[in-house]
Amino acid sequence: MADHDVLVLGAGLAGMRAAISAHRAGANVAMISKVHPVRSHSNAAQGGINAALRGTDDSVDSHVFDTVKGSDYLGDQDAIEYMCIEAPAEIISLEHMGVIFSRDEEGRLGTRAFGGASSARTFFVADITGQAILHVMYEQIIKAGVSSYEEWFVTELIIEDGQCRGVIAIEMLSGETRAITAKAVIIAAGGVGRAFEPSTNALICTGDGLALAYRAGATLLDMEMIQYHPTTLAGNGVLLSEAARGEGAYLLNSKGERFMEHYAPKMKELASRDVVSRSEATEIEEGRGVDGCVFLDIRHLGREAILTKLGYIHEVARDYAGVDVINEPVPIRPGQHYIMGGIKTDVDTRAWDVTGTAGWGGPTGLFAAGETACVSVHGGNRLGANSLLETVVFGKRAGEVATEYARSISDFKVSESHLKDAKKRMKEVADRKDNGLMTAAMRLEMGQTMNEHLAVFRNEEGMQSALAEIRAIKERYSTLPIHHKGSIYNTDLIFHTELGYMLDVAETIAASGLLRKESRGAHFRKDIPDRNDEEWLKHTTARLVNGVLEVGTLPVTMTRWEPQARVY
Amino acid sequence: MQAKVKVQRYDPEKSAEITFQDYEVEVPNHFTVLDTLVKIREEVDPSLALRCSCRAAICGSCAMRVDDQARLACNTRLASVVEDGGEVKIEPMGNQNVVKDLVVDLKLFWDKVRDIEPYLQPDVVPEEEFIASNESMLNLLTPMGCIMCGACVSDCTALEVDKSFIGPAALAKTYRFVADPRDDKTDHRLGKMNSAGGVWDCTRCYMCVEVCPKGVAPMDRIMQMRDSLMESGVTNTPGARHVKSFEHSVSNSGWLDETMLAVDSWGKFNLPKLVGNLPLAFRVLRRGKFPLPAPFHHKVPGNKNIKRIFERISNAKD
Repeated sequence: MADHDVLVLGAGLAGMRAAISAHRAGANVAMISKVHPVRSHSNAAQGGINAALRGTDDSVDSHVFDTVKGSDYLGDQDAIEYMCIEAPAEIISLEHMGVIFSRDEEGRLGTRAFGGASSARTFFVADITGQAILHVMYEQIIKAGVSSYEEWFVTELIIEDGQCRGVIAIEMLSGETRAITAKAVIIAAGGVGRAFEPSTNALICTGDGLALAYRAGATLLDMEMIQYHPTTLAGNGVLLSEAARGEGAYLLNSKGERFMEHYAPKMKELASRDVVSRSEATEIEEGRGVDGCVFLDIRHLGREAILTKLGYIHEVARDYAGVDVINEPVPIRPGQHYIMGGIKTDVDTRAWDVTGTAGWGGPTGLFAAGETACVSVHGGNRLGANSLLETVVFGKRAGEVATEYARSISDFKVSESHLKDAKKRMKEVADRKDNGLMTAAMRLEMGQTMNEHLAVFRNEEGMQSALAEIRAIKERYSTLPIHHKGSIYNTDLIFHTELGYMLDVAETIAASGLLRKESRGAHFRKDIPDRNDEEWLKHTTARLVNGVLEVGTLPVTMTRWEPQARVY
Repeated sequence: MQAKVKVQRYDPEKSAEITFQDYEVEVPNHFTVLDTLVKIREEVDPSLALRCSCRAAICGSCAMRVDDQARLACNTRLASVVEDGGEVKIEPMGNQNVVKDLVVDLKLFWDKVRDIEPYLQPDVVPEEEFIASNESMLNLLTPMGCIMCGACVSDCTALEVDKSFIGPAALAKTYRFVADPRDDKTDHRLGKMNSAGGVWDCTRCYMCVEVCPKGVAPMDRIMQMRDSLMESGVTNTPGARHVKSFEHSVSNSGWLDETMLAVDSWGKFNLPKLVGNLPLAFRVLRRGKFPLPAPFHHKVPGNKNIKRIFERISNAKD
């Protein structure tokens, strides 16, 4: 008998939202995560969550258009419409759960401005929106009594007859390896920021979900689309929220000029992230930066507004840059932040092609939501505050559809060979002799390579050398030993496995980047600086076929919005 | 900078013994305690176990004791806790069982959070959002800032002697609902906190306020709930009587009549408790610290001024 109807891999916002919705639909659902749910990286989303809830100058159509334009027309318009239509109800639902959203004078939900948006439609809790929602979502998990495997690390998906039937996982506190079976598996395991060094991402963002799905035959979409956030700290890459610019912050170069006036005369600092990051990189390249940085200036907002609305920024700048933002500008630069690409799903979050004719595929019974997935609402560039929205809208959908799917599957017992084989593979790695290779050194090498060649500016030569370098590291990885042999909380074993995940994903990022012979959204090639709608208004795909990475393309779903020049 | 990092080690697979291991490190001046530990783990000793994730004081994974005080390793600069060439001691959090090295078992921590019914409980859910003032939401920003790192629980002196105490984190979480205008279970919640293990078991030692890395100040939240209880007329519990007796004694005589404090708190007719406290009273007596009870409890000179202070505070509150 399967252990669960639905198993959710990951317990951040998308994962918990999926679990709650599956629970409400009547499924026996469990979550599995390598960290406790409230440690998830959704915490780090600071600025807010978008919805065209009300307001005289806003509409769902306007939210859809801003998102389509922000995506540089690469987003699938049916998915974007679905997300924006569902957004208002989902905001109300979060408020009912207990999120302490900011209010207007009448005590109703209030909004702030955000990048790439034609109307102020971002709902927020100071600059800790992600944390405030994540903890409330966990309250709902406690209320519903959803069970979870906390600090369990997933090493592979169980695939039988082309169907996903659960996972193999290690309980970190004991070191025990087990098969956990389910009729439907939802991957909501976040992004892969740590394949880049530096990154704003937490140390746990190692692309586990992406690699697990990829190895199991799922299709990855638009993997070249990596977002560099415009305001990250130089030292450790920690993020300073777009909320600062939403509240009116300036970006200044070494001459003290608000340089965004030259690049985006209308939206200035609130142009979309790819545009702002490119402008900063240009300023720095052309010598108008200081020590590789430009400046974020919020002094004019005043002490009161800074402390009540941007308190976390104040704290982070103080603790990690030694700057008091009330009195001085803080040096910032673009830093790796988010992956728009991910596991290809349809609008119902299914990671396989139900029509069987669309030219992509993956194991049946596998679903994905959140940053791990690419239902394609962000296309070439994600708008700030659309990521939290994506997690809850598609997390909810995934829980519903996976529950329905699980009902259609008759009970099964998986072969014991999955666990036996998995243990054998782990033993092979554990038995490797020390050959001087260290996990952390190889991870750094990979991270620096990716950050050099797949950053804000790219070109053929750079991406070629990155791909070759990643493949060379992969070669060495196949002999990388584990130095610590214990069972209890063996992070050496975890980091080893995570590096394997990141290398697989990094390879798809470089290969997809090489495939796309144009500049679109975050993928800006200095050697081909123009967008080419005739040939490249399409998605790139990456798939493992007989152990080899194969890249290809898929059409973009267009409904009502024809591509236009993108001006901010 | 250089430093000797003295790390508590424990690996039950190897030995039941807790030991300390010294690591001599040389790191850049901007390094945090976490950066330093990660460097040790990555370059010197991959067997060292610790939790960490965000590096930005938001995920709450890396609370541990740095020189005997609970902190987040990720927002503590090494240079702020040790001089160049000095020594710093790193231990796992207190009041929790150690799993391995710096990793503790947080099961009891979460059990206590679960016990307080940590979710919004409105009687009626409106069609649209709840109408609430921005001020009331901003007021919740402080308790909502809690990242459940466990630092306050680690260093709580009440928990050290009484494991049944709900503890500062779960109590601060309770306040988050008590103070939420959308929640309709305030009386139920306060009633629960009025029982054993609740708000009255806090010893007001301020440790949780001192160590909280997010300014949640759990003790202040506990005191707010005590105030709410007293204001709602809950005055006949040991905790509430303790407060009343304290106020009565100091405002009248200028100092504390500790004998009457015990009698008032436990109740004049609670013989088992009072008799149970006799050994303590004898020990205090033996050391010459036994305060004279009423009617021998004398008033301090100028006690009228103290009474006036009490009156002024009371008037100001009204």
